[in-house]
Amino acid sequence: MALRQFLPVREALRGRRLSWVDLVVGAGIIATLYGVVRLGRSMTVNLTAGHAVTHISTSLADVPYYAARSLLRMFLALALSLIFTLVYGTAAARLRRAEKILVPILDILQSIPILVFLPIALTFFIKLFPNNVLGLELASIFVIFTSQAWNMTFSFYHSLIAQPAELDEAARMYRLTKWQRFWKLDVPSSMIGLVWNMMMSMGGGWFFLTASEAVTVFVKGKGISESLPGIGSYMAAAVQKGSYGDVAIAIVVMIVLVVGTNFLVFRPLVAWADKFRLETSESGDKPKSVILNLLRRSSIPKLLGRATRPIGRLLDRVTRPFGLAEYPLRANVRKRQLGDVIFYTLIAGLSAVIAVVGLFYINKHLGFGRFPSLIAFAFATFGRVVVLLVASTLIWVPIGVKIGMSPRLSRYAQPVVQVLASFPAILLFPFATLLFINAHIPLDVGAILLMMLGAQWYILFNVIAGASSIPNDLREMMVSMRLTRQQRWRQVILPAIFPAYVTGGITAAGGAWNASIVAELVSWHDRTLHAYGLGNYIAVASDQGRFAELIAGGVVMSAFVVIVNRLFWRRLYRMAERRFTL
Amino acid sequence: MTITPELVPASASFAPATIIEVSHVTKTFVSPDGSPLPVLDDISLDLREGEIVALLGRSGSGKSTLLRCIAGLIAPTSGEVSYRGSPLNGANPGVAMVFQSFALLPWLTVRQNVEIGLEALGVEPAERRQRAERAIDTIGLDGFESAYPKELSGGMRQRVGFARALVVEPDALLMDEPFSALDVLTAQNLRAELLRLWREKDFPTKAMLIVTHNIEEAVILADRIFVLGANPGRIRTEISCTFPQPRHRHDESFQALVDQIYTLMTGPDNRAPAHIWAAKSSADATATDTPLPEASVGGMSGLLEILLARGGDEDLPKLAHELTFEVDDLLPLVDAAQLLGLAEARDADLHITDEGRTYVAANILESKPIFAALARERAPLIRAICNALETTEDGTLGEGFFLDLLRRGFSEDEARAQLHVAIDWGRYGELFDFDVNTGQFSLERHDQPEPSDTGG
Repeated sequence: MALRQFLPVREALRGRRLSWVDLVVGAGIIATLYGVVRLGRSMTVNLTAGHAVTHISTSLADVPYYAARSLLRMFLALALSLIFTLVYGTAAARLRRAEKILVPILDILQSIPILVFLPIALTFFIKLFPNNVLGLELASIFVIFTSQAWNMTFSFYHSLIAQPAELDEAARMYRLTKWQRFWKLDVPSSMIGLVWNMMMSMGGGWFFLTASEAVTVFVKGKGISESLPGIGSYMAAAVQKGSYGDVAIAIVVMIVLVVGTNFLVFRPLVAWADKFRLETSESGDKPKSVILNLLRRSSIPKLLGRATRPIGRLLDRVTRPFGLAEYPLRANVRKRQLGDVIFYTLIAGLSAVIAVVGLFYINKHLGFGRFPSLIAFAFATFGRVVVLLVASTLIWVPIGVKIGMSPRLSRYAQPVVQVLASFPAILLFPFATLLFINAHIPLDVGAILLMMLGAQWYILFNVIAGASSIPNDLREMMVSMRLTRQQRWRQVILPAIFPAYVTGGITAAGGAWNASIVAELVSWHDRTLHAYGLGNYIAVASDQGRFAELIAGGVVMSAFVVIVNRLFWRRLYRMAERRFTL
Repeated sequence: MTITPELVPASASFAPATIIEVSHVTKTFVSPDGSPLPVLDDISLDLREGEIVALLGRSGSGKSTLLRCIAGLIAPTSGEVSYRGSPLNGANPGVAMVFQSFALLPWLTVRQNVEIGLEALGVEPAERRQRAERAIDTIGLDGFESAYPKELSGGMRQRVGFARALVVEPDALLMDEPFSALDVLTAQNLRAELLRLWREKDFPTKAMLIVTHNIEEAVILADRIFVLGANPGRIRTEISCTFPQPRHRHDESFQALVDQIYTLMTGPDNRAPAHIWAAKSSADATATDTPLPEASVGGMSGLLEILLARGGDEDLPKLAHELTFEVDDLLPLVDAAQLLGLAEARDADLHITDEGRTYVAANILESKPIFAALARERAPLIRAICNALETTEDGTLGEGFFLDLLRRGFSEDEARAQLHVAIDWGRYGELFDFDVNTGQFSLERHDQPEPSDTGG
């Protein structure tokens, strides 16, 4: 009898016979683990300085391996983002002083074009792991991380801030420890937002994965092209060779990866997360997933639960000394104020020092005289963003409304659009470049199209969501009142989709700014095209390892994004919330 | 202002031990412009072993705030709450709380929800399960252990709330309007079960404190009732209910006590600086000392129509019971009718006035001007808005102007609520209009009708 207590797994096995479901799920888990271990080992291969790390072949046999490496990179970055989110979000929401600093920092990080991080991360990680491919690997993961983490963190932070007051009170009343509160209340109540944002982040991450696998590394001022095995560098190699076929293979593989992770990972996650819905009534149409049902029918979750329960109990006990999720009612006001003064003085001093050092650095290496031309570059890119937003709106709003208002159409179109939104448009650039070269289209115009390739889907996606949420009685009213076509659009449809459209617009604009760095400088085989704009400026600086220019370009772009958001998008957003919320 | 003379004698030789003591608690929030907004004013009470105490008050009486001070969830601005003699500096260690909205974790099953307090205490899993099982059985939830809260009805959810609270065997049980989110029958049923548990010999909880706005509920349950007054919340009176359990609604003494409390709660509040009931001097009343009752014009008119149909005179408890209205539903309507002089409350009865009869008899077109004239004359905020608009050149003013005015006496939310009622009344009486997009008030101009917007 005593023995059985120590062998909970055996007891579980005895209770129920293994079914084919268990075999399938078990085999899947073992295969995944084996794959991760094998791939993980090759991430620390030695690197002989001066030589390209890996020769990227364009042979079809290597494609599965490359795809697996890319996928592993993506999930490592996602795991990193999740850990960052939980720690940073909790600190921002629970520590009064930290909140004042962490939230603005996150706001700034969010507006920095992600590809600016790439050369900086490369330099840092290669210094950290000289002569090892791990440096490159970490730099790539870090860049993907920067594209995934911020929106997840914001979502988590906002969920914590908006936690229902009575749940907070119940947690305090029933004297949960900090650890218990985190896992029983904080994480579950944020779960839905977190899972959706992870899915969005994964979609965005593919773009930067492709951009961060084949890079130029600067060792002692000399640029060397290095590649990590992966689908992005496969693509880069194909472009350099000028082989259409290989580019097409890369595209197909990418579609398989995007659709596959969606089906195998995110659909089940979304369906599972539905149990964390805070409204206490059942929701109408629950998200479903075949994979989740399969997992639930197997005894794997139960076995896993039993095996991990002792660990949970141990952690519960170990974390008990950290105390209750409580704070003293009476605080020493004098002491707190003194602490505030010291804290804020330190922070102000530190930011001042960083700002001065930064300014000196830029002045020394670049000179402030260059800023007017940078701003002119920024306006050129800004013009492209505006044009592409207008064009996407004109094209996709009518189509999105049509799809969204027909339940049958949207059932089929929704998953397709989701894939399109996650698909890294950067993979289509080579074909577009070829087209521009042959048709003699200057990249100054063509870049608009390239930036639009990725950004437009956010508008379509949100418009479909907005249109499908128009209540049925409003639609019936349109018909029964015999509204004219013009009336329908002006008085019902446009106001109803407006909030969703604004959300889509903000995301699309952000994506377009980011994409400008890869869209305003493109190449095919031995030809390279440039467009006049800030994206090109940053891309060149990045290629040539000119950090001062890179930082200056990044700062100007962030400033532009922030200013436009404040002056334009936020106002629209507030108006949408106040007037047009259904 | 004591109603029943036999207050529980504090100097009795055999006084039950005090569990919770609240002494001179005040709570003041700070309004956005920095001025203090008192919510609780010098409250002292105690909770002793073996008794059920009710805190009875209308919305705005700060009763939930007071309960949270007692639970140690928020700190009083001054004064002290102590549990068994030691002052609180955090969540009260000797109590468990039942919430109005249940506050269950939707991702945990019934059993996991019930176990949560034990888990927090570090009780071993086997014992935890056993105790939870016992609590679940006691409260009548057996069979539902593995259900999720969203699968349960409101009544069953609140049973989970009770099981979760009782399983930790608290010294005192605090309840924040635990039955107000339930329908009448379910609430009655659950109340009876709670009393049955309470009477059992080995019930580990020694005292219960319930916050409610339901007068009958307080009289059914409590041994002592503290009636709270509003703006700021303070104890108006303490009533002891000595008649034996189980209590029946139709007993004469029960009815008499309910009537007394109704009279108290609809009657003048002596200590309030100036109040609606000083209607005679309504010209002196200001928007900040005479809040508009949060009642819709339609609701008030409906009440008057019912009143007239019953001969213009009705017992308020009876009216509330028949309409299945809670005090918080009914009293704002009564207040509105009283403020406008359309009805009068006397000894828990509501009488329609002559003006009220004219108002109800009028058709919709005639009744609007009557309402407008009365509102302008007797509702200070309406009067203030009309006067202010008339002094401007174009007859418009931003909402900020009035909000600033109201913030001197109300919190941000209350100020907005006041303005909301004023807009509703002003629009109904066609006194002024409000544009929600621009936040502008404007005088209704009857002489030049607006160009109608028929273009599409």
